[in-house]
Amino acid sequence: MENTIPETDPLQRYPRKDASWLIDMLQDVQEIHGYLPEAEMERVAEYIGIPVSRVYGVATFYNQFRFQPFGEYVIKVCRGTACHVKGSFDLLQTLENELGVKAGDTTRDRLFTLETVACIGACSIAPVIAVNEQFHGGLTVKSLQKLLRTYKAKAQKTEAEHEPVC
Amino acid sequence: MNPFVECFSGCTHAQAAPCPRFVDCVNLGAQCDSARGDEGELRRTELLARLRLEVHQKPVVFVGMGTCGLANGAQGVFDAFAAEFAVRGIDATLLRTGCLGYCSREVLVDVKLPGLPRITYADVTPRDVPSIIESSVLGRSVVVSKLLGIAAPCDAEGWHGLPLLHELPFFAKQQKRVLANCGIVDPEDITQAMAHGAYRALSRVLNTMTPEALIQDVLEGGLRGRGGGGFPTGKKWEFARAQQSDVKYLICNADEGDPGAFMDRAVLESDPHRVVEGMIIAAYAIGASRGYVYCRAEYPLAIERLRRTIADARAYGLLGENILGSGFSFDLLIKKGAGAFVCGEETALMNSIEGRRGMPRPRPPYPSVSGLFGKPTVVNNVETFANVPVLLGLGAPAYAALGTTTSKGTKIFALSGRVFNTGLVEVPMGTTLREVVFDIGGGIPDGKRFKAVQIGGPSGGALPESVIDTPVDYEQLKQVGAMMGSGGLVVMDESTCMVDLAKYFMAFIEEESCGKCIPCREGTTRLLETLTSLTRSHRGESADDALQRFQGMVYLERLAEVITDASLCGLGQSAPNPVVSTLRYFRDEYEAHLYDRVCPAGACRELLTYRIDQEHCNGCGLCAMKCPSGAILGEKKHAHYIIEEKCTRCDQCRVNCAHHAILAH
Repeated sequence: MENTIPETDPLQRYPRKDASWLIDMLQDVQEIHGYLPEAEMERVAEYIGIPVSRVYGVATFYNQFRFQPFGEYVIKVCRGTACHVKGSFDLLQTLENELGVKAGDTTRDRLFTLETVACIGACSIAPVIAVNEQFHGGLTVKSLQKLLRTYKAKAQKTEAEHEPVC
Repeated sequence: MNPFVECFSGCTHAQAAPCPRFVDCVNLGAQCDSARGDEGELRRTELLARLRLEVHQKPVVFVGMGTCGLANGAQGVFDAFAAEFAVRGIDATLLRTGCLGYCSREVLVDVKLPGLPRITYADVTPRDVPSIIESSVLGRSVVVSKLLGIAAPCDAEGWHGLPLLHELPFFAKQQKRVLANCGIVDPEDITQAMAHGAYRALSRVLNTMTPEALIQDVLEGGLRGRGGGGFPTGKKWEFARAQQSDVKYLICNADEGDPGAFMDRAVLESDPHRVVEGMIIAAYAIGASRGYVYCRAEYPLAIERLRRTIADARAYGLLGENILGSGFSFDLLIKKGAGAFVCGEETALMNSIEGRRGMPRPRPPYPSVSGLFGKPTVVNNVETFANVPVLLGLGAPAYAALGTTTSKGTKIFALSGRVFNTGLVEVPMGTTLREVVFDIGGGIPDGKRFKAVQIGGPSGGALPESVIDTPVDYEQLKQVGAMMGSGGLVVMDESTCMVDLAKYFMAFIEEESCGKCIPCREGTTRLLETLTSLTRSHRGESADDALQRFQGMVYLERLAEVITDASLCGLGQSAPNPVVSTLRYFRDEYEAHLYDRVCPAGACRELLTYRIDQEHCNGCGLCAMKCPSGAILGEKKHAHYIIEEKCTRCDQCRVNCAHHAILAH
């Protein structure tokens, strides 16, 4: 799946040898692959005509870029002030316990990726998490556990559909 | 494509042949002889009334679909209306709007029947949709249980005697200028925005004002940057105007990284045309030809709507070559941020646009002299740009009439945390924090006591009850140890530990420090270490650890001073503020952590002791099952107990106990 070749190469949209579009290019690459594969970063560097080390330097500086593929469900726990005051740390810990991974990691079955974000700007319904861009607000540890169960059930269902027949 | 052009048979306005009087025509009536007296005039008045939704034949239903609304299920409500209308063959208009600001009561749905004022429903779920349709769309009555209020008093049957929206405590003390159209218009429809007055200030500026006069107006209006420090906007423009250069840039800083702030997001999502209009005016003032909106990638909806807005403005000849025939050209590009808090700092932001690591550089030279790609550049924040059309629309004296001596106009706050009404609040400068938290916010829920309000994000401070009568004003907030910042306002009750809060902010800053200068990189790490040692359990602590803890505390304030004095950028300079302000007002809490090893608020988990209330425990055994360290023992149907030495304070037992029998002190 992750090696789908894009119909139109996103790099062609940007002027050659113009480094000011570097971040935009990386964002496009990540959009297609879900992360930044090494070969793609090399390609970007060659296209702009800058050392790969600079591409890598920029990519590692920003929180958005990842060097490993995402899980099927990406859970973002908001760690904004309002969420913190309303107990988002407990939510994070619950998720870490239940999924058995630390923030920033993906479960071994590649179903869930757990991440923290500085603030997703939905402070009025804190504490908030986003699962694949779907927001869930006003959570408690209990309602979170329930929510996670529904996602786990969903994930297992899709998993079963994809099960190879042998 | 452009309904305004169609309503005048003589109008020739188009992107390629712009007419200077196009916007005036739309709002004030035909400006040129070829169209005057035309029956088009009648059509225009009709069109305008229709676009403003003053005159309409069919019932109109509006669903608030900002981020808060969507997070509360607005899409489901919207779909339910659409399905119900289709199934029952109801002829009604369904529109999406932005955010009205009352986020804690989302999903908000407005219904407007021909000839009647809008009524607003709150807390709407898809299940309420049939009853709303039955009573308010088809009939002339109201679902009282979901009603928030109506827009204007009305004698009509069923509408008579209902509460007025602007008299509700949440809205009564607000004065909506920048947010005037938010939640009212469809943010993706430029014709609606123009019918509500968008681009009028721009048209007046381009047709009647020189850049110098424009800057003078902004100076007289007293507009100051809404993103933080409050630098006078007119001054900034003046500096950039004075520079000789072939190219100048204008940047809108929409990298709202402050945890706890969402006003920029709400404005971009609900009324993006206002921001774009402010940017074009600013570009005219300084003579910029190219502008960038640097928006966080975490705000996909805002970026999407902005993209649409820019394309529409271009199609209407309000952006691009020869704007409104004035000879002035300016175009906008969106740059997506990539998730680095420091990119909110202007020199870092410019580095990021140039495709580099977002690291700040020393100033001077200031961006207005040498900024993006080495050219003169002005960076303003979203709310600042949104204020520009308001200032020019009202005129400088009227704009400056509201506010305090040094701070003019209104300020939008993102009210959140432990408070009843959360959402976006626009109040005149000079309103006290108490009014915002208690009158507008409705006070603290669950019978808890107010403890502090955190204002200004990581660069700001936490203010206790003793200074809560401080008016909202750049200087007065600074005096009490906080700052305006971008306007995040997080309310805290007694269950929030101030040491934990300072630790939270330090963890954030330490994580987000770009690492370029040592005071910020190493200093915040040391601050965090000290605060963490205060909240760590004393069990298993060596004498050396204890010594470190005391020593760290002794040097805490000195360290904060050094970081403030020696850091390169605004982020570093203000990094210790959460520590300094909590130390100033909540020193006793620090001392309780330091000497008594207890957390008075009960938030620092490692300092807590867990105990089972023998009277309330019925011995169900759930806690023992959930306990990961086997610290809970007991027989079925008999009260359990906790072995303190084994307890890891994971809180699992307390969360899972259905009988509230587990106590933490």
